[in-house]
Amino acid sequence: MIRTGVSKTKTIAAALAASACLTSPAWAQRWEPTKPVTLVIPAGTGGGADQMARFIQGVVQKHNLMKQPLIVINKAGGAGAEGFLEMKASAGDPHKITITLSNLFTTPLGTGSPFNWKDMQPVAMLALDQFVLWTNSEKPYKTTKDYIEAVKAGDDRAFKMGGTGSKQEDQIVTAAIEQQTGGKKFTYVPYAGGGQVAVQLVGNHVDSTVNNPIEAVAQWRAGQLRPLCIFDAQRSTYTAKVTEKEAWSDIPTCKEAGLPVEYQMLRGIFTTKNAKPEQVAFYVDLLKKVMATPDWKEFMEKGAFNQTFMSGPDFEKWLTSAEAQHADLMKKAGFLATQ
Amino acid sequence: MDELNALFGGFAVALSGYHLMFMVIGITLGVIIGVLPGLGGANGVAILLPLTFSMPPTSAIILLTSIYWGALFGGAITSILFNIPGEPWSVATTFDGHPMAQNGKADEALVGAFTASFVGAIFAVCLITFLAPVVAKFALKFGPAEFFAVQFLTFASFIGMGRGSPFKTIASMCLGFALASVGLDGVTGTLRMTFGQDELLNGFKFLVAVIGLFGIGEILCSMEDGLKFNGAAAKLRMDAVIRTWRQLPRMWATFLRSCIVGCWMGITPGGATPASFMGYGIAKRLSKRGDNFGKGELEGVVAPETAAHAAGTSALLPMLTLGIPGSPTAAVLLGGLLIWGLQPGPLLFVEQKDFVWGLIASMYLGNVVGLVMVLTCVPLFAAILRVPFSIIAPAIVFVCAIGAYTVNNTMFDVWMMLVFGVMGYLFNKLRYPLPPLVLALVLGDQAESSFRQAMLVSQGSVGVFWSNWLCGSIMTLGLVMAFWPALQALRAKLSGNAAIARAA
Repeated sequence: MIRTGVSKTKTIAAALAASACLTSPAWAQRWEPTKPVTLVIPAGTGGGADQMARFIQGVVQKHNLMKQPLIVINKAGGAGAEGFLEMKASAGDPHKITITLSNLFTTPLGTGSPFNWKDMQPVAMLALDQFVLWTNSEKPYKTTKDYIEAVKAGDDRAFKMGGTGSKQEDQIVTAAIEQQTGGKKFTYVPYAGGGQVAVQLVGNHVDSTVNNPIEAVAQWRAGQLRPLCIFDAQRSTYTAKVTEKEAWSDIPTCKEAGLPVEYQMLRGIFTTKNAKPEQVAFYVDLLKKVMATPDWKEFMEKGAFNQTFMSGPDFEKWLTSAEAQHADLMKKAGFLATQ
Repeated sequence: MDELNALFGGFAVALSGYHLMFMVIGITLGVIIGVLPGLGGANGVAILLPLTFSMPPTSAIILLTSIYWGALFGGAITSILFNIPGEPWSVATTFDGHPMAQNGKADEALVGAFTASFVGAIFAVCLITFLAPVVAKFALKFGPAEFFAVQFLTFASFIGMGRGSPFKTIASMCLGFALASVGLDGVTGTLRMTFGQDELLNGFKFLVAVIGLFGIGEILCSMEDGLKFNGAAAKLRMDAVIRTWRQLPRMWATFLRSCIVGCWMGITPGGATPASFMGYGIAKRLSKRGDNFGKGELEGVVAPETAAHAAGTSALLPMLTLGIPGSPTAAVLLGGLLIWGLQPGPLLFVEQKDFVWGLIASMYLGNVVGLVMVLTCVPLFAAILRVPFSIIAPAIVFVCAIGAYTVNNTMFDVWMMLVFGVMGYLFNKLRYPLPPLVLALVLGDQAESSFRQAMLVSQGSVGVFWSNWLCGSIMTLGLVMAFWPALQALRAKLSGNAAIARAA
């Protein structure tokens, strides 16, 4: 998400405080699922949210973290509205959880589908997914500055930006970049999935993308794509070499590269609206167990995720401000359904 | 020769008793999944994926790809016996497969379908073995304009193939396009034609429509025809395999064309479903016996099945080399690779040699094992037709309903299936062709978004479709195909006129 003032250290401190709260015996009675738990994915198979959800399912099963089975289903219709509307409709069933991507905010704003994150009960933020500005490594732009200069010098809409979906996170980041290009717009070309976007960039059918790290890392390692900058306030903390020369931490932030745009995508878990505190606590506890496994740490590193954990009031506060910022960005870009 | 050495290394990995057991289990499960409409290969693989996390990656992928092969084989069974395509790519198999079953030749149709599947798959695996890097580079050339050109060619190879009125074909196709456009518009990100109904957010799912149009529609028609299946009197003879195999060599050209079409569609990635339609369309156009297509011609079963399998298999290639899935099942497998700690992409062939070559070797073995298994079961499958209609029909309706429900886990789809069933019946009575509708429903929104992406890229100029040789030649071929019947008629008329002129 786009951050305005809160520093990362503060957020982490708050998150730690919140998690300390939750581990203390605040709830008198414990609750456990009495039937299989359904994990609704408001996105199609193979995408980032799907991968993460199936990964969580695998970890829960492998380490036997829950007595009842965890069932994963995809409800991708209407840019995820189908999945969220189902969560809204089953407000009384605490055996349903969902994983989010930015469509938690963008779908109701962009399509007018009647739901809001407040129709669900927030459980926890698992991580923030990064966005990176990529170009084809055959292109002459070595730095963000070169690239933005080229966009400024070119004709309006001459540069093509590939991305996943329409009026969703990729196009929002694109719209935010356009505010820094001296009035020059991109031609935004929407594709069905992140993997396809990366391949279209390798094939030179678009000029740049804002793929998530995990969607383009294979092509980066093969020397086909070049990361220009990462849309976070700070550089990535992963210092292990990904290619022969570079690590995730070697990619400059867009801000230090002269493109002051920040955006990250929420990977969080929600349950249904009327879930009781002890039920939410069960899921928070379950997710903490998942996050403590070595499998999870490896998964985080592979996708260069920003590992920020949040739950309780902090998470709700974060959600409120993230929603307001999405509404603001989408309004500026003209993406609102009511516009 | 490096490839051959690596491949033999791969066989050494795949040929262990442990892995062969996984192949047998996987194929059995896959056939069952393929037979049940709605529970597609992608679902089957997704359900079993978490079970494989504790296995070594090579064993896991052998199990999962075997399910995939099994589902590809199994899809043909219900298409032929009951006119219900178990999988989207077996829709085209119903066109001739079911009439064959009605003529009492269900066993021949099944053997033909299985053998064709096998040939297609092996052709595609050979391609993967020896040409993977070249093919991967070729797939990179495909931008939106090229994708649209391929989809256009698929539609074009289908126009004019319906008997009867071309206007009915076009009407049916247009209805398919209209149904395909319901739901979210991927290019503008807004909802279309949902009329505020939450159930319509997801659009009309191809499988629900197909189960209704073909399966329920067929049951309704059979009820009218006196509550029995034609072909129930089929004699069961054990020599079906040999009898059918004798007929196959003369279809070598169809096999070859379908293999090429299938691999092309799998790699680009168009997928197995359009490949099967295109394989059928081209065979009908070019085969000597093309006029008999639709009445129960073995070649009409062979053409789509070969293409579907070649595509389904070669769809794994872009997944491995580029990290883009060529089919929904490949998409789920892709997720699996990441969880096993393998990064699909250009370096997979370099860094994970054992895994890649073990997988490729298992593709050869899995298909051989699969063929043997399904061929031995042909008499068993064909015997299902001998069960009285009054018992089997409710069972079919039941299975169809479960299938439609499984697609999205909603009751709404079951009602939609029944509506589509009535529509299928009416189409049948009024002699409107169903295939164009189905084709438009499955390819309509893909073709639409490719076209609009291409228009965005070119800033609205149609010239983009002739901007390079690849795209231009496919488009031109498509145009020729679309107007072929008209061109032929014109030529006949001209030569007729010339003859009259000479006579005078």
